[in-house]
Amino acid sequence: MFDDFFIRALVAGLGVAIVTGPLGCFVIWRRLSYFGDTLSHSALLGVTLAYSMEFNIALSVFIISSLIALTLIHLQKRTNLPGDALLGLLAHSSLAVGLVVIGFLTFIRFDIMGLLFGDILAVTVKDLVIIWVGGALILLVLKLIWKPLFASTVNYELAEAEGLNPDRAKAIFTILMAGIIAISIKMVGLLLITGMLIIPAAMARNISDSPQKMVVYSIIGGLLSVILGLFSSLEFNTSSGPSIIAAALFLFILSLFNIKQSIKLKN
Amino acid sequence: MSSDQNILVKLKDAGFQINDKWLVKNVSLQVEKGKIVTLIGPNGSGKSTTAKIALGIYKKIDGSVEKNTDKIGYVPQKISIDWTLPLRVYDFMLLTENLDEETINNALSLTGVSHLKDKNLGDLSGGEFQRVLLARAISKKPELLVLDEPVQGVDFTGEIALYELIKKISDELNCGILLISHDLHTVMSATDHVVCLNGHVCCSGSPMDVAKNNEYKALFGEQASQILSRYEHRHDHVHTSEGEIKKN
Repeated sequence: MFDDFFIRALVAGLGVAIVTGPLGCFVIWRRLSYFGDTLSHSALLGVTLAYSMEFNIALSVFIISSLIALTLIHLQKRTNLPGDALLGLLAHSSLAVGLVVIGFLTFIRFDIMGLLFGDILAVTVKDLVIIWVGGALILLVLKLIWKPLFASTVNYELAEAEGLNPDRAKAIFTILMAGIIAISIKMVGLLLITGMLIIPAAMARNISDSPQKMVVYSIIGGLLSVILGLFSSLEFNTSSGPSIIAAALFLFILSLFNIKQSIKLKN
Repeated sequence: MSSDQNILVKLKDAGFQINDKWLVKNVSLQVEKGKIVTLIGPNGSGKSTTAKIALGIYKKIDGSVEKNTDKIGYVPQKISIDWTLPLRVYDFMLLTENLDEETINNALSLTGVSHLKDKNLGDLSGGEFQRVLLARAISKKPELLVLDEPVQGVDFTGEIALYELIKKISDELNCGILLISHDLHTVMSATDHVVCLNGHVCCSGSPMDVAKNNEYKALFGEQASQILSRYEHRHDHVHTSEGEIKKN
């Protein structure tokens, strides 16, 4: 069944969407979309290091992204630079260093486009195992830290005062973000991972009235985006990542009609 | 005097500074089971800061905090819920602890907002929101309640009813309450111990003692002290803008 590259891509995409759904909600709630960008840009460095040292790509990306994320948390406490400047600094410098390293690795042929925008053909059975096992792990950990993470998203001081240890939850969540980027980089590419995180979640916000519903709709939106995107990429011969994100955008636009209706009802 | 086992939280010479500016300094106080301690003082006098020191939100502090409970209910002074987060009153009640349906209903009806259970938090008025905050804090039957201006924005009759409720909760649950308010009228009568802050502890004691105190009168004016008693005014120090205290 997994012999067909399209089936493999579909199974990989669906696995990724189930995980990006709930994580994406937190990215939106905690205003972390630029943070997601920074992590995914730093993933390029992880990929090049994996190639140069013949190391597993997902693991290498996971390690580098985690390191960048922890550096960021550390720098946020130590410097006076505003948060967005710090994010930009790390995002673009790690992207640049990654590209420079690629320049040195003349003995390896790189598919830069595939790296940036995702590559259906590249998904192997081994990737599927990484996505589904890694994804299950991420969801399990997220479920374990849900209460403190969610409470501190609503109000940090309240969570801290009532003994939920929000700092620990935040650090673990950061690692989970690095994890999802590591397992989804082949599907959507490093420029578009943040889109996969925030667009289905933003769509879900438009049609939900509770956090649980938003998570569920976000997962459903992600799954639909993958199915729609992959079939249309097959049909129109477009690259997989952008097609999936475009499908997600399409769903988001549809969800806007729901807002308009509810505003009308209120008036 | 009460025994040490009854002490829920105890601050000893506690202080907190940001960027070399002291928000509050040398505060000593303790909250015991079944007692209500009220912090009063003008804006910027360090009331909320003191509460946050007691709660362990501020960690790099001077002095010491000794906390003997982790069953805490907190009503922060300000909370803003972002639009991106769809949150109903019901979801908010479950924020830090898993409660059953009946407990939630009871708490909401105690503060008079059971009809708002399925409403979105963003759609509540200021007073309604305040009642929900209080309901959430008491629903988990805490041993220590920290209430930072819990009745702001609540209508006048509601305000009195809520203070009565707070007093009742303290008796029923035998929990200690650290209450912050600048609403002297209603607070003073229900309080066991008053701490008057202005960057440091100006004076403290029973409500009656504090109302008679000269420093208290200097802070709040002659009229405030007439709520409870009439007394002469003599202030022995002034506060500079840097937060220092100069003797007259």
